[in-house]
Amino acid sequence: MPLPKLSREAIVLGAEAEDWRDAVRLAGTALTAAGIAEPAYADEMVRMIEEHGPYVVIAPGLALAHARPGPEVLTDGLAVVTLATPVNFGHPYNDPVSVVLALAVPTGDAHIALVAELANIFNDSTAVDELAIAVTTDDVLRIMGMT
Amino acid sequence: MKIVAICGAGIGSSGILKVNTERVLGRLGIEADVTAAHLGSLDHDAANAQVILTSPEFVDAIGKTNADVIVVENYFDTAELTRKLEAALG
Repeated sequence: MPLPKLSREAIVLGAEAEDWRDAVRLAGTALTAAGIAEPAYADEMVRMIEEHGPYVVIAPGLALAHARPGPEVLTDGLAVVTLATPVNFGHPYNDPVSVVLALAVPTGDAHIALVAELANIFNDSTAVDELAIAVTTDDVLRIMGMT
Repeated sequence: MKIVAICGAGIGSSGILKVNTERVLGRLGIEADVTAAHLGSLDHDAANAQVILTSPEFVDAIGKTNADVIVVENYFDTAELTRKLEAALG
């Protein structure tokens, strides 16, 4: 399964975030703008990190914000937010974060193929740095293999 | 052999660990059943697991287990995963 089409509404570049909560909420807002999730999904993504710590910072500079499948999720999708100034999540190895991906899936079953595609992109260690300096949504679509 | 990847939601980060672990094991020629799970289903999903893969935040919550707990720093660094899996399984 390829990544669901990454819509331009779900891409926000050079955003200003005061802290990690703000950064995650921006990614949630992008999911909502793209019709992928209800606004409440952003609260769920923040709550996961409050509850379990900054484990979503899965690689240097990269957070994969997500919550459990639930009624807030309208369809499979992904948002990409890059930060003008990186923020700390409190992760022991991978702070500061300059790229926040937000992942939403309506059921647990379908998501493995989707994250396999993310692994194809980000196992190349240059992808995060390239995204962090992306200037246009076309840059992001190219890095994410959409063009 | 049974390997479980744990995260808070059971989607997303644990899914990436599952996918990359399967790739690394494939390259090493090791057969294993790799499952993505969340903390809430740990008791069920990690029963009889030989290896648990997770991030530093979850080590305390996983608690006492007979499995080798591997703490992964960079989920996209297959070299790190290879090194740690070889050390645990070798």
